[in-house]
Amino acid sequence: MEMPKLEQMLGRLLGPAGSEVGCDECFDHLDRYVDLELAGHDADAALPGLRAHLDGCPACREEHESLRALVDAGRS
Amino acid sequence: MTSTAAASVEHELVQPSTDTAPVLAPAAAGFLDEDSRAWLSDLRAQGPMHDAAVERLHALLLGAARFEVARRRPGLPHLRGEELGEIALEAADDALMSVLARLDDFRGDSRFTTWVYKFALLEAAVKLRKRAWQGREIVLEQETWDIFSSVGLSPARAAEQSELLSALADGIAALTPHQRRVLIALAVNGVPIDVLADRLNTSRGALYKTLHDARRGLRAYLAQRDLAPTLSFEENR
Repeated sequence: MEMPKLEQMLGRLLGPAGSEVGCDECFDHLDRYVDLELAGHDADAALPGLRAHLDGCPACREEHESLRALVDAGRS
Repeated sequence: MTSTAAASVEHELVQPSTDTAPVLAPAAAGFLDEDSRAWLSDLRAQGPMHDAAVERLHALLLGAARFEVARRRPGLPHLRGEELGEIALEAADDALMSVLARLDDFRGDSRFTTWVYKFALLEAAVKLRKRAWQGREIVLEQETWDIFSSVGLSPARAAEQSELLSALADGIAALTPHQRRVLIALAVNGVPIDVLADRLNTSRGALYKTLHDARRGLRAYLAQRDLAPTLSFEENR
């Protein structure tokens, strides 16, 4: 396994600062977050704590990226 | 701007129900777009209309699951196309069950298709992560932290880094054994959270809560020693 750089490792160990939602809340609101993002709205203001969770949780981040890519592909 | 999106921005954050995470309030009752309304109507119908809608829904979910499989395929060279196809089909089947069971939960906060896609993507992603880690050992301890040292630093920076790494090791040692194992597996060794949840017979949500608590404890430990390291989430974006 390739070792991450120290600053990346610190990011993984310490996670995002501030409030964040958990995985279950993230899943519950992910569809709304993505639709807001793709419509050009401020999804972070509408759903505070969700972006911080995406920064701190690789699995939810991957699922966010996939959902965004899939919905975006369907729009074009 | 869709009416759904307009309703969505009328969102408020409610007070946390726990000491760790805010709870997102539901959006105001969504105004369903025409397509979402038609999906709900057809799926709630009886007889042939319902059956045809379920069939269309399954096809939609299968497409989403295949999309996820295709995205992850480069990282799964040991899986044959046939196996990947089976995983996508299984993910679509499971997602269909979830969607039908939770149909009344759909509030119109997003388009119906966006809402259902997330179930298929989740099912496919979880199955692929588990398959990728099948039979692999999970390391729950970290022997040394020096491997994360940067090289070529000035003596002063090298001393700062050494102090930070030493404090990190001490701070991690001060966590509870469960917090320490979870933090090291997830944050250091990159074990997917679903895989670890499976091995420890717990849920993803419960594990993330443990990770969150461990991170908070570690942050507090460093703050007490006036250490405020620079973090990078570059890899995350």
